[in-house]
Order: sequence, then structure tokens, then C-alpha cells
Amino acid sequence: MSEFRNLLGETIERLLADHATKETVQGAEEGTWPEALWSALEENGLTRLMASEAQGGAGGTWGDALVLLRAQGRYAAPVPLAETMVAAWLLSEAGLDVPDGPLTLLTGVTLNDDGTLRGTALHVPWGRKAGVGVAMVEKADGKVHMVSVPLAGAKIAEEENIAREPRDTITFDSHTVTSAPCNLTEGLETWGALMRVGLMAGGLDYLLTQSVEYANDRKQFGKPIGKFQAVQQQLAVLATQAAAAGAIAAHACERAGETDDPGFEVAVAKTRIDEAVNLSTSISHQVHGAIGFTYEHGLHLVTRRLWSWRAEYGSGRSWAARLGRQAIERGADALWLDVTAR
Amino acid sequence: MQTFRFDPCRLPPEAEALRGEVREFLSDALTDIPPVVRAQTWSGYDPEFSKKLGAKGWIGMTWPKKYGGHERSALERYVMLEEMLAAGAPVGAHWIGDRQSGQLLLRFGTEEQRQMILPKAAKGELLFCIGMSEPDSGSDLAATRTKAEKTDGGWIVNGTKLWTSNAHNAHYMIALFRTNFDPDNKHAGLTQFLVDLTIPGITIRPIKDLTGNAHFNEVVFEDVFVPDNMMVGEEGNGWTQVTAELAYERSGPERYLSSFLLLTELIRELGRTGDTSADAEIGRLVAHLVTLRQMSVSIAGLLEAGENPIQEASVVKDLGALYEQELPVKAHELAGVEPMLGTGSDYAQVLGFLTQASVSFSLRGGTREILRGIIARGLGLR
Repeated sequence: MSEFRNLLGETIERLLADHATKETVQGAEEGTWPEALWSALEENGLTRLMASEAQGGAGGTWGDALVLLRAQGRYAAPVPLAETMVAAWLLSEAGLDVPDGPLTLLTGVTLNDDGTLRGTALHVPWGRKAGVGVAMVEKADGKVHMVSVPLAGAKIAEEENIAREPRDTITFDSHTVTSAPCNLTEGLETWGALMRVGLMAGGLDYLLTQSVEYANDRKQFGKPIGKFQAVQQQLAVLATQAAAAGAIAAHACERAGETDDPGFEVAVAKTRIDEAVNLSTSISHQVHGAIGFTYEHGLHLVTRRLWSWRAEYGSGRSWAARLGRQAIERGADALWLDVTAR
Repeated sequence: MQTFRFDPCRLPPEAEALRGEVREFLSDALTDIPPVVRAQTWSGYDPEFSKKLGAKGWIGMTWPKKYGGHERSALERYVMLEEMLAAGAPVGAHWIGDRQSGQLLLRFGTEEQRQMILPKAAKGELLFCIGMSEPDSGSDLAATRTKAEKTDGGWIVNGTKLWTSNAHNAHYMIALFRTNFDPDNKHAGLTQFLVDLTIPGITIRPIKDLTGNAHFNEVVFEDVFVPDNMMVGEEGNGWTQVTAELAYERSGPERYLSSFLLLTELIRELGRTGDTSADAEIGRLVAHLVTLRQMSVSIAGLLEAGENPIQEASVVKDLGALYEQELPVKAHELAGVEPMLGTGSDYAQVLGFLTQASVSFSLRGGTREILRGIIARGLGLR
């Protein structure tokens, strides 16, 4: 790992340990915006990590971003760090201005002939808090444009997912936007999926450390439950799932930093991590017993996010169907060539 | 506590260059071998093929040149191995020697042993087996009872090794014998020996497995004399030495690619029938394949860096065996045909072989339960 990534890791870890406590996360679920946390992230330049240096960012890659995503996932930090970081990168890639404050991503919108925006964007993360939304829209000429739209005048219906994260519905009629053609070969769903992949890898790291710690502390039948083989074997399975998730998240992010078509790796990662989430959330709750089912305990702050994130920007199965179709169409003898070519 | 890190490892250009060379060789060498035979991959025994690989310089690739090796990197060797396995090359004859016995001798063997053994092994002319399990010692290796008792100039061995793959074809066994018994420390008093299998007193009896093949054996030692200079490493250090081998034994691409030929045959079958209902399941299997490969390559990177990633190897072997065992089940679900022996389509025959053979994949080289125990230890639970 590079020195830069070590520094990033130390910085985010310190900020989150200070400002993303269980109380902060639970407060956010009641609607309290964690201003101290957000300011700290902004002041340290982390929300602009991936924006170009010309745009006031650090020019960080997806590999660098993974350090922040994993940390955010581990702490269940209740702010649009991931969305703002990725939106800033997208704007910067298209040479558009990167505004201050929280940003978000929009899907499901199109451009009118006069260049204004219309359509209904569903499940917009943190829509109510974001100053600007970013969309990728195909124009009549077939070219994909990056679109930046201020959300101040938009009609926002507030909704939330089961992790109580804002997932708003935003309706556009003929909103004025700034746009520019962009050369990215992958669409917003791919980048959104990769963002969730990084967060989920971090969430799984948390489930593993938290479950092992609990199993070592909690005593039944006169000894820590982690001394029972049945529990050890379950935790070992959890460890293998977290390891697989971390490995494929790292691979997909490295590829996204090195090539402009990481669609294959993102599909693989979203598919694989979806399954890791299913197994791992189940094991971690089983190990925690009833206490993990209480609101007071922090475990669910991560498991409820994982259950939400696995469905966002394409479920594992929807990505898998694309991968499978591609594999069958390319044919049996191309499979190994394709796998080793990447 | 420890969490397992699988940092991405980029294969170097020389390894990718070698990939092309290996593919070219295999496209020729495997032409006449049908899929059901190729499905045996690293349990497929073909000594002539092994000699061909020796001549290409693809056995003992990382060993020093003075012992007949080729001083290439662990990552080049990795690429050669994964290409062999993905193509279903019959690499079983020299597999054990290339994977671990050579490494063992390089690390713990005497100069005499290295000079005597390694150059021939690198040519694919000298084959190994590993004598660890016994009738009362399977996963519990410390229960080893086969006894080596000191005598003038050597050791007298009595006992039985069991499930010894390829003993009937091998020239030498790397054997673990008990040289001392301490009831309070069963891990002590174990010693490794290099045993010439032509020595009088050794009886090798093949054991037919449920597929009808006989690749593993019972090896009985009756007053077998093993000379002093065939001891490997230090007396009583066997447990430590065997543990050092485990990272090699459990970390390779063979731990997730054993059923790979069934995936390609399944995709061929679905392409032929035009069935699209299996798309998502095939995609899922591809996603697992890519993930396991990245984890496996990452371990190769750790080995190249001189680390001993036994924990990470256990993670990949556990996930890999689940995958190898899931493939025949999924194939049955997605394109169910009756698995056949000797006749029928290539698909039906490959499915037939792997449906039967795959139950052993989570037994050989460390059972699933043992691996998970190792992982749990790494997590600080034991």
C-alpha cells in the first residue's frame, strides 16, 4: 500500500473514530445531520479526494477511494461521503465545476430538446441534503453527457431505506442544467455499484471484527461462546466471506483506476459481495443472539446498511445475469481467456 | 485480531509472456485428450507428459539452477500452473514433487539429498508421494504411529501409511515417522525421511476409490531400513517442517480449479441448447471464479515476497473446495443430464467424473473442518 493510502487510512480512521460514534449514527437515524463529522471530512479534503487537482481535489484513484469507502462502511458513517466523492470525480472527469457541499447521483432522468432536465429520479441518496445532483444522460446524438443540476428548486419527496438513510424521490420538469460530453465508457450504474462495493467490503470487515470480539466476551456454559467449535466454524465462514469481498473490491477498484472499462470487474464484485452480505449478516446476527436484535446494540447499524446497499445500483443477481449472458455468448473456450485477460 | 488481507497482485510481464508460450504448447499437446480425461487435471497421471514439461523447463521452475531448476519467479510458475489446470493437462505425476517435496529439500534437505534428487525431479523423471496419513491418523496428524527406531547407520521403520496418492507410481516418499514418543507432547518426536520406495520391506497396495480409479494407496513398512543420510531436516522437527509445507500444499490454483472443465462444458451445453434461464447462475459462477483467482494470485504474490500465508491459503482452499463441489450440483440443476461413464456426451462424462470425485475435494490436503479451525485460530478464537 502506498504512503498516500496509509495517510488516507490514518486520517479517515481518526475522523470517524471521533465523529462517527454509535450515538452519531443513531442520531442521524432520528434526522440529526452530523455536522461535525461532515465538516471534518470536508476540511480534510476527503469529500474531494477523486476530483482533479485543477478542481481543488487530490486527483485520487478508485484504489485510493476504496480506503475511504471501506472506512465509511465499517463505521456506518451517516453522511454522503461516498456519493459526494464519486459525484465530484464524475464532474471533474467531464471538466464541469465541482461545487462545495454534499453532492449526489441521479438516475432515471433525461434531457429535453432544449437541454433542460426532466424525469423522476428514484432512491436518490441524501437528495434533501445535496446542493447538486449529477447524472449521465445520453443525448439525441448518441453521446453521453455529464449533467450537473442544482437541486434547490426541485420537487423532493423524502423517503428512506431500511438503514434510515435518505433515499429521496426527485422530480424534474424543465430544470436548467450544466452539461458536458464525457468519455467514460461505463454509466452511472457501474460507478454507483462500485461505490457500494467499497462500502459493503468495509461493512463486512466490521461484522467480522465485531462478531469475533463478541464471541470472545460473551460467556455461556461457563466459557466464551467463541470457544465452541460450532461457533468457531461459523465465524471462520464469515471470515472467508469478508476476505473474498475485500479481495474483489480491491481488484475492481484497481481496475477502475487503470482502465476505462471496469464493467466486468464491477459486475463480478457486485455479484460476489451480494452473496457475502447474505451469509455474513446472517452469521453475525446468529453469533450475537438476542442482543444483536436490539436497537441499542450497534450491529444492525451496519447490517441494515448492507441489506440496503446490496440492492442498490443493480442487485447481485441482475449483474450476474449480464455476466452469465456474456459468458455464454462469448462461448466456453473464451471464458479462461477473458478471465486471465483482465 | 487478524483480518485477512488479499491485496491485488499484478502479474509481471514476463509471467504474461510465459502464458502465451504455455498455451501454444498445450494447444498441441492436449489435442487428443478427451474432456473427461482432462477433467482429472492434477490427479491425471501421465509420466511422458511430465517429461515433456521437464524438457520445457516447467518443473522446478523456481529452484536454483545448480539443482536443475530454472530460477524463475513464483509468479511465473503460478501462471504456468493455472494454464495447465485450466486446460486440464495431466500434471499429476510430477505435481507433488514440484509443489512441495522439492521446496522441502531446498529448505531442510542436505546438499547430498538435493544433488541426488532435484535434477532428476526437475526433468520429470523422479516422482514423489507424501506419506502423512495413517489408519488412526487422518486430520489428527500428531497421532502418527509409524515408528522409526534407531539402529546402526540408520533407522528401522514399522507401520502403515494410508491414502498416499501416487505411491504406486512414485520413486520416493517424503514420510513422517515417529522417532520418539512423549505422551505430553505428541507434536514432538516426529521426523521426516526421504524413503526410496524400492527398499525391501515396503508393500504398496492401491486402493480403488468410488470413481473406480486407484490413485491412492496403503503403504506398509515392515522392518524397513532407512539410512541416516535420508533423514530430512532435524530429528524431532517434523511437525514444524510439515507445517512449513502447508502454505505450498494449500495455496495453489489447484485448490479452486479442480472442476473448471465442468464449467466450460456446462457453458458449451447451455450455448448449444440456447437456454437463457441459467444466465444469472452462470454469471454467479463466473464471479466466484474471478474472485477466487484474484485471491489465489494474491497468495502467489505473498509467496513470491517470501511470506508464509498459511491463514490466507486456508481461506482460499475452503472457498475453493466449496466452489469445486458446487459446480457439479449447479450443472445438474441447470442442465441436468444423467452423468455417464465411458459413453455419452463430453458434458455427461465430465459431469459424471466430477459428481463422484468432488466429494474428496474438501477432504484431501486438509479437511474443511481443519481449515476452518486454522482460520478460527487466526481470528484469535482458539
